Amino acid sequence: MSVLSRGFGRGRSRPADDRLPPGQYDAGDAFPVLSAGPTPHTPLARWDLAVDDGTGTRARWTWEEFRALPHEALTVDLHCVTKWSKFGTRWEGVAVDRLLQDVPDPAPYVLATSDGGYTTNLPLADLTGGRAWVVDTYAGEPLAPEHGGPARLLVPHLYLWKSAKWLRRLTLRASDEPGFWETFGYHLYGDPWREQRYSGD
Amino acid sequence: MLDNRAETPRVHRLVLDVPGWSGHLPGQHVDVRLTGEDGYSAERSYSLASPPEEPALHLLVERLDDGEVSPYLTGEVRRDDEFELRGPIGGWFVWSVSADRTDREAARRPVQLVAGGAGVSPFVAMLDHHRRLDSPTRMQLLYSVRTEEEVLGRDVLGPETTLTLTRQAPAGWRGETGRIDAAMLRRRTIAPAERPRTYVCGPTVFAEAVASTLVGIGHDPSTIRIERFGSSGESS
Repeated sequence: MSVLSRGFGRGRSRPADDRLPPGQYDAGDAFPVLSAGPTPHTPLARWDLAVDDGTGTRARWTWEEFRALPHEALTVDLHCVTKWSKFGTRWEGVAVDRLLQDVPDPAPYVLATSDGGYTTNLPLADLTGGRAWVVDTYAGEPLAPEHGGPARLLVPHLYLWKSAKWLRRLTLRASDEPGFWETFGYHLYGDPWREQRYSGD
Repeated sequence: MLDNRAETPRVHRLVLDVPGWSGHLPGQHVDVRLTGEDGYSAERSYSLASPPEEPALHLLVERLDDGEVSPYLTGEVRRDDEFELRGPIGGWFVWSVSADRTDREAARRPVQLVAGGAGVSPFVAMLDHHRRLDSPTRMQLLYSVRTEEEVLGRDVLGPETTLTLTRQAPAGWRGETGRIDAAMLRRRTIAPAERPRTYVCGPTVFAEAVASTLVGIGHDPSTIRIERFGSSGESS
């Protein structure tokens, strides 16, 4: 049961848009930036990306090695828990399926860890099957640091805090332990279409 | 809604009576949901500008002319009107006396606040809370604002606050002017050697610039917390 606000929204043209999940608005051309701390600037010579199977590092790529992996181009809509959505964003990156292909019997959950200490948790099933990528290119250009460059996770079917910026490590785990924002009351899973913003949604 | 008054030419102070409010920590925000008569609804986040000791909740809402929610909240909502509110939300960008009592090691480190424009809202709550409970924690605020008329939270800000006026300063102004840069941070904020807990809140570009400059003058990135409002979003 909603409390109605007299006259709110009157006269505003807003064609129904089935791309917009509940409670979201279209940010248009803007690409807002949010992060919990300062933007890290790790030199590419010191950058690497690792996959840990829970017992230790099972795969590791330097920047050059990562750039040489097969990249896919994708165009996706983004949904941030702070309520903005952005349609038709163009990215290039490596499918997480490719990064995990040499890990036998991977555990069912993943913790993504970033430069600066940020973490987020996801079920493995949401990172595989062509639903998630590690991207290094946005709109045809190298991914800018404030948007997560050199490389970030991109899981477009979940709220954007799950798409960890400045990604450095994927760790497979037996249980779904909360990451950074999840510890501070944000939803463990974060499906924008079910409006899973906060714990208990 | 208990009161809706202009705090400055662009910002209104909304005073809300929320039955059953569970209490909050300074720095937390709420989600406001407005629903029109046709069922259309929109939600935005606003930081709480009042401390937990204050029974009414205060929001400082900046009118964004191309916004959808802020013109309604600042222009249309009147005393006794109702709307939906959810919160408190957020556990990262917070500071409280009780947390300092629990974590003695952190409590020895001073707190530096850096605000841009309406980003001062959560800091008004922190400073008010700090004062009412007579906290021993050293706390300072550097507040970047366009003009003196646009200063928010005047009744709370005191000698711990340094203003820098970025657009226009009154005749005889002896304080800081211009945007926050490395030299001003060195001059007017707690030095890296004291390992302050630093909180930065403001528009995206402001927060990004201040945080990078703080790291540049020697602050450990892990000691800096950021809250921003997006370039197209409304204040959070």
